[in-house]
Amino acid sequence: MDSKLFPEGTTRCSFGQYLLWLGAVGAVLLWGVYAAFLILYNGIGVTAMDNYFGFALWITFDLAVIALGAGAFFSGFLKYILKIKQLEKIINLTVIVGFICYSGAMLVLTMDIGQPGRAWFGYWHPNVHSMLTEVIFCITCYCTVLIIEFVPLILEQKQLNRNKFIHALAHNMHVHMALFAGLGTFLSTFHQGSLGGMYGVLIGRPYAYRDGFFIWPWTFFLFVLSAVASGPVFTVLVCTAMEKITGKKLVEFKVKALMGKIAGSMLCLYLFFKYLDTWAWATGVLPRMGFTFDQMFHGVIYGKWLFWSELLVCGLLPAIMLIVPAIRNRPWLLYTAAILDCTGIVINRYVFTVQTIALPVMPFDKWYTYAPNWAEIATSAMIVAYGVMVLMLSYRYLPVFPQERELNS
Amino acid sequence: MQLKEFKIKWGMVVDIDKCTGCGACMVSCQVENNIAPMTAEDPHNNLQSMTTKRDDPSNKLRTLTWLNVYELNNGEAFPNRDTAYLPRPCMQCGHPACVPVCPVVATEKNEEGGIVSQIYPRCIGCRYCMAACPYHARYFNWWDPLWPDGMDKTLSPDTSVRPRGVVEKCNFCHTRYLKAKDRAREEGIDPMELPEGYYVPACVEVCPTGAITFGDLNNPEHKVHELSKNPNSFRLLEKLGLAPQVYYMSKREWVRKQGDNHAAGDHNSAVKQASQGHE
Repeated sequence: MDSKLFPEGTTRCSFGQYLLWLGAVGAVLLWGVYAAFLILYNGIGVTAMDNYFGFALWITFDLAVIALGAGAFFSGFLKYILKIKQLEKIINLTVIVGFICYSGAMLVLTMDIGQPGRAWFGYWHPNVHSMLTEVIFCITCYCTVLIIEFVPLILEQKQLNRNKFIHALAHNMHVHMALFAGLGTFLSTFHQGSLGGMYGVLIGRPYAYRDGFFIWPWTFFLFVLSAVASGPVFTVLVCTAMEKITGKKLVEFKVKALMGKIAGSMLCLYLFFKYLDTWAWATGVLPRMGFTFDQMFHGVIYGKWLFWSELLVCGLLPAIMLIVPAIRNRPWLLYTAAILDCTGIVINRYVFTVQTIALPVMPFDKWYTYAPNWAEIATSAMIVAYGVMVLMLSYRYLPVFPQERELNS
Repeated sequence: MQLKEFKIKWGMVVDIDKCTGCGACMVSCQVENNIAPMTAEDPHNNLQSMTTKRDDPSNKLRTLTWLNVYELNNGEAFPNRDTAYLPRPCMQCGHPACVPVCPVVATEKNEEGGIVSQIYPRCIGCRYCMAACPYHARYFNWWDPLWPDGMDKTLSPDTSVRPRGVVEKCNFCHTRYLKAKDRAREEGIDPMELPEGYYVPACVEVCPTGAITFGDLNNPEHKVHELSKNPNSFRLLEKLGLAPQVYYMSKREWVRKQGDNHAAGDHNSAVKQASQGHE
């Protein structure tokens, strides 16, 4: 029925089957839209957040998707600035994943702030000392850059591209894409860093507080490095999931292994600094603030298992797996390493968001626990469903994978 | 870390040994500042029932209590058990954790006696300041304020009612400060050198045991100036270097140990700076 809209030389599932899938994802989306409506109408009192947990699931989700979406800016940087040609086979997907992650993050933030109507105050009354101000500026600007990067792909849709003007526009946008890739890299580096900086400057929160390098706490650099260490392999995982679902080969394994190698190298660099940072924190920052390493953990929910999982099982292990060619070049091991890597980054974002503020800083205070309620889960699922929908539409109608025809012929 | 210092530094000294934990300070704060009580049912919002009820006052993690009274104990069994109560308003830190993080300058440490302000119409409700404050002195307005019938007539005309979705906090009853300055001008007194007792927050006025002393920490004629230097005085979490303008006093060592963080050494430069700034 819609076969004329498919990318040149490709086949897709029947329209009915496609609608069925779209309906299933749409149901999750609608569930989230319902929750979002109630949240916006009644206020965020309907969530499980409280005066201890002002930062909760949404912020963890937000930080995690932004880190995982870093494949877009870093791959763009490697492809357009450092001219690593092989990456052109996956660059379209990295842009789409980046766009989904960033636009999704902004949707979450709209619900998260108590006064969404005042979101523009971040531009109007900016506090130049606040890391969050930098995040607000960079995240919105970078989302715009991602839209600009996504547009030529839409314009290359087979039917649209027949129009001479659209064809020329798409071509010219491609020609100048290096400029936007550079701009995106600059913006993204700063807001990834500022997200880390946001926590590093919490002078009253010993779990997150770090000393500084000029005006930046260490976490600024750690967040940038951890994002570029996980973003590329997250794109690989999305690509592989799409291959499994569609039953087609979309990107040759060599490219995926290259993405794994890039992520693995960055993960090693990140872990080197992360281990140094952890040592300096445990032996320097904590005692100076009057705390011990053991006081940072509590029970199972805030236990040390999270700490060791992040640093070893989901840090060191995938780093080794990704830099050793013999392991990296085996698909299932590459994917396992990618999952571990991404999990480690999510744990990192979680402990910085939740454990940091759950920790009782006043000696007579106590640990509090937090679990998200259905309204927070539904709205987070809504963002995932939105992302899946964008991917479904893009895969079906846009020329996302340049190798698809060749690999499946 | 740089401390913000101003000519006037309003501060409190709370004598924990005198505090009985009666909670009068909490109630007076509630009334003075138009803090809405928690009411589970909202008759004006039918959609509320589709998610969850509003919180009732039993949910202490959602109630608005700008001033909270903590119960401390020495951790020993009867008959050696000892209890103390620690009222905790906003600490009005000299080096506040909340001010530099706010993305929209909704909160500021200003020359109004070094009181950390909160501009409600500018707050976007991101709650970054709440995450930053280790004292949990900042509260979020989870629900639209709602007063039981008739109670709305008791609202103070001096204090604005905050909408839902903004962060609010103790401001040492700033409206009383403005009134005190006006009164001083009428009486020919320099408003920058208010005599003791001219400006008194509600919690201080209502305390039945006189446990809270309030005044200008920089003014040697005010009692708090001397009391804050008492050997039994301490500040909460001194080692973090936030330099609170609220001091506590207790002759009991275990109380002082719990309030200050004695696990730390004395090498925090911010603390040294803070104490130098105060001398």
